[in-house]
Amino acid sequence: MEQKSEIYFIWKYLRKNKTAMIGLFIIIVLIIVAIFANIISPFDPLSQSLKDRLQPGFWKQNNMNFLGTDEFGRDILSRIIYGSRVSLTVGFIAVIIGVLIGSIFGILSGYFGGWIDSFVMRGVDVMFSLPSILLAIVIMAILGTGLDKAMIAIGIAYAPQIARIVRSQTIVVKNMEFVESALSIGESHLMIIFKHIIRNVLSPIIVYGTLSVGSAILDAAALGFLGLGAQPPTPEWGAMLSRSYQYIVAGAWWVATFPGIMILISVLGFNLFGDGLRDAIDPTLRY
Amino acid sequence: MKSIRLLIGLVLIGLLTFGLILNTGCKKKVELVTLTFAKSGDVVKLDPADVTDGESITVMDNIFEGLIRYKEGTTELEPCLAERWEEGADGMSFTFYLRKGVKFHDGTDFNADSVVFSFERLRDPNHPYHKYGEWEYWSWCFTEIEKTEKIDDYTVKITLNDKFAPFLTTMAMFTVFIVSPANYEKWKEEAYAHPVGTGPFKFVEWVKDDHITLEKFDGYWGPKPKIDKLIFKVIPDASVRLLELQKGTIDGMEFPNPDDLDKIKGDANLKLLTQPGLNIGYLAFNLGEDTPGYDPHFKDVRVRQAVYYAINKKDIVEHLYKGTAVVAKNPLPPTLWGYNDEIVDYEYNPEKAKELLKEAGYPNGFETNLWAMPVARPYMFDPQKIAEAIQSDLANVGIKAKLVTYDWGTYLDKTEGGEHAMCLLGWTMDYPDPDNIMYVLLDPDAATVGSAGNVAFYRSSKIHELNMLARTTFDINERAKYYKEMQKIIHEDIPWVPLAHSQQMVVFRKNVKGFSLYPSGDYHFDKTYIEK
Amino acid sequence: MKKYILRRAIELLIVLFIVSIIAFLLIRLAPGDPAQILAGEHVTQEILEEIRERYGLNKPLITQYFIWMGKVLKGDLGRSIRTNEKVLKELLYRFPNTFELSLFAIIIASLVGIFAGIISSVKRGSFFDYLTMTIALFGVSMPVFWLGIMLMLIFGVWLNILPISGRLDVGINLTRITNFILLDSLLTLNFHAFFDAIKHLILPSIALSTIPMAFIARITRSSMLDILNKDYIRTARAKGLKENVVTYRHALKNAFIPIITSVGTEFALLLGGAILTETVFAWPGIGRYIVGAVSSRDYPVVQGSIIFIAFLVCFVNLIVDILYAFIDPRIRY
Repeated sequence: MEQKSEIYFIWKYLRKNKTAMIGLFIIIVLIIVAIFANIISPFDPLSQSLKDRLQPGFWKQNNMNFLGTDEFGRDILSRIIYGSRVSLTVGFIAVIIGVLIGSIFGILSGYFGGWIDSFVMRGVDVMFSLPSILLAIVIMAILGTGLDKAMIAIGIAYAPQIARIVRSQTIVVKNMEFVESALSIGESHLMIIFKHIIRNVLSPIIVYGTLSVGSAILDAAALGFLGLGAQPPTPEWGAMLSRSYQYIVAGAWWVATFPGIMILISVLGFNLFGDGLRDAIDPTLRY
Repeated sequence: MKSIRLLIGLVLIGLLTFGLILNTGCKKKVELVTLTFAKSGDVVKLDPADVTDGESITVMDNIFEGLIRYKEGTTELEPCLAERWEEGADGMSFTFYLRKGVKFHDGTDFNADSVVFSFERLRDPNHPYHKYGEWEYWSWCFTEIEKTEKIDDYTVKITLNDKFAPFLTTMAMFTVFIVSPANYEKWKEEAYAHPVGTGPFKFVEWVKDDHITLEKFDGYWGPKPKIDKLIFKVIPDASVRLLELQKGTIDGMEFPNPDDLDKIKGDANLKLLTQPGLNIGYLAFNLGEDTPGYDPHFKDVRVRQAVYYAINKKDIVEHLYKGTAVVAKNPLPPTLWGYNDEIVDYEYNPEKAKELLKEAGYPNGFETNLWAMPVARPYMFDPQKIAEAIQSDLANVGIKAKLVTYDWGTYLDKTEGGEHAMCLLGWTMDYPDPDNIMYVLLDPDAATVGSAGNVAFYRSSKIHELNMLARTTFDINERAKYYKEMQKIIHEDIPWVPLAHSQQMVVFRKNVKGFSLYPSGDYHFDKTYIEK
Repeated sequence: MKKYILRRAIELLIVLFIVSIIAFLLIRLAPGDPAQILAGEHVTQEILEEIRERYGLNKPLITQYFIWMGKVLKGDLGRSIRTNEKVLKELLYRFPNTFELSLFAIIIASLVGIFAGIISSVKRGSFFDYLTMTIALFGVSMPVFWLGIMLMLIFGVWLNILPISGRLDVGINLTRITNFILLDSLLTLNFHAFFDAIKHLILPSIALSTIPMAFIARITRSSMLDILNKDYIRTARAKGLKENVVTYRHALKNAFIPIITSVGTEFALLLGGAILTETVFAWPGIGRYIVGAVSSRDYPVVQGSIIFIAFLVCFVNLIVDILYAFIDPRIRY
């Protein structure tokens, strides 16, 4: 009961926040595009047609390929549409991995304290001493390259931040009276963690998670761009940019422009919505 | 605060005076002619006998010389470090009379000792300098050399253990460039980074992945080069190479991007040199069951046929090579003697490919990998792109190929070690004899895991037999027959899908004169000059 | 204060220690025989044995770690599998390039970010404030590599006024003294090289500066807002001091601490995180070196680079901490 009304209030607050609504709109459109990619997209994103390579799009009255074609004559619009599938999947799954790992460590660390806490927090410090993209790259050095591995690497790279947030929230909750009374009536630690702690750390996780999806999409694209993430011919936005350089010089600016705009828009969407969510749920989370 | 300002002031003044001193120190200004040529990849090593790739060879062409060389722009032989030579009875030995008064860049004399050193270090496993290299090319096509002996200071005799028809042509090859023995004593295993030869240019510095600088060798025995400084700059991206060339920061470049050809032809400051190259770009199946990358799918010739039928070579040549190549149906280039024009190529036919796959028991295709080199090669200007096009062609018939790539040195190592299922590779001929492809790339002798030239690990006893026959026969018509026969067998066995024979292309600024392309793909800058 | 700095230094040493363990484990975690990984392809059993001996790969893991760490402390980060060059030498050769790029980027980011942050805090709610914050939001959402490509397209290809790749034009000869190109060109009074180097710096450093710029602008704004609402500012205003004096002398002075900290941390992150920018602009720095190493599984290089970067980041952070302690004497743990 109480939960429901909480969500209601948050929504009421959110609805007044114009930028958050823009963000939500972008996210919803993206999800729809991703789900119905096979219906919406005019062509097969993988089918090549070498004789139609590097054709300009609508600005040169090309009614077939609205956004032009790439170096293999593949339709860029279709590849971008299918790309939303790849990027959203990677974004969400990477964040889920990060949230799972981060929460486990954060809760353990905050709840039990002591040496576990200092151990985990030192580990977190270490991971903070490297920029997240570098951290992801290092993890990929162990796992190898590929989209699936990029997801895991990004997830692990995001875990420390989540662990930190969860830990501080856990400490707050742990010191509340009801936890002590629960302990005194003989509830086990596990029960307490599941019944009380998790429920209370949920909102910061949701806020931070939403914001992270944006950065995860960005980082996955970066790995794709570097040739470590999505492998050809996967239509992934970052990978689509990775060899566009030489076509830019040859005059085919559209090859690089549109996938980048898509990354920008979708990351922006998650950031706008995440910011709004944060203001609505818990303004103290603002740095 | 004041003291800090004072300190900064002092430091600045100090720096400036220091700079002034340094600057005046080297202010002897003579107009030095520098030519900068952009390459697509760095050299692997600067030991002529320990490399097989063009990137390394084209640099060393200017530092080293062999006993014999090609006449400018041709495949005809002419004397170089040997003034003349005599063939012994039966063609089983050759005596070379060396040029006198030739000096190495390190000041030591070129003589019979250095020739013997350069040969014996490759041949004799007990030679003290044998262990410093892998000498792959030697094992591919110099094993007929029994020994190299000094007759007197300027006479050398090379004895063969078997007749070897292409012998003299191979003497113009980089593998048997003459190196300075003194230099090897000095550097030992590091000598590959400090090359010393007798060529028109001497080595100055090698900054990895950036550039190699050579300087005019004042003690050169032949006509002195007209440029003082020759810089090979590594610029992996073809478009960047072209941009730099247009800006004039470099004077020449290799391997222009076919997409840029129109732009080059439209630029009055540039000129494009082309020549049909003696080369082949191919896709090799790994048939070596003893290799780590062996994929049993390709054991069945029907599967290999299916791949052959699935690849749209014509489209690739037309749109990715932009017409700067011809579709290949044989391993040998069509301009070479021995080419079998009667072979009828398998046409592009995805339906037939699917059928063959079904017959072979893979109606739904299968998964495998396709390796592609990371750098532009004279026989393949954009291997990554071609690989992606082939990947898509294969996907059409149900074969899912994962693309794999490594940096160039590692790529060669790994393909020679057979870690691929299919790989793209190619070859620019080092001597104009079918032997250089048929034996070096397709003979069982060259299929040793770890140093394979035959990266298909194609081990056909029939091919070996014919190769041996052709090597020991001196009559060219006879030999051509053997090679034609081999091409037929290869066409049936399909160890490769031959893709294209491309033109060699280099671009220079208009004022650069005197550079000729060689069919062998060598670059010689000794006659090149820059017009003011 | 000494105690505080010492404490921070020890904390950072612990971090470095753990980083070293991770780097050490890298080769062991990667699939395959570590000796084979270190030796590269196709080597004889003898060489493998020799490598096992040299790195003590037959000994227990802990011993292996100490052998390895002993080498690292002596500055021996091993040799690259691909090029056989000493990793430390390669890193030191590339580091100046990354440093110059990061320095330029952080200067641009600080100048623009702090200025924009101050204005939007003073004129809170104004059009300028909204504009700045929107741009900042775009800044953090923008893929750096795409921005880089777009800058290249506009300034390098269409307008053709700036070079689009590399550190220096290929035709320029520069005597290397420190390997910091800007410094070397000044030292040798080679102004041609100096201006060329600056020209090459412009596009990459703009691309690299966007994210820190956005962060710095946001932090400046929020910490200025915090302080502008404090009592003593109100008092100052009530005393009739001019608005400019209030803003710049009183408020900014106090808001500076968080700003400096964020500039410092951002700079540290740039040193290790310029990977994408370096790749786009073919910048011969550490980032590109690592990417190349990862994609060709050159583990000694990856290992060495991690340690090198972690050391850099920790070092810069320590300096920030020390600065922090100087600026704000209240910090005495």
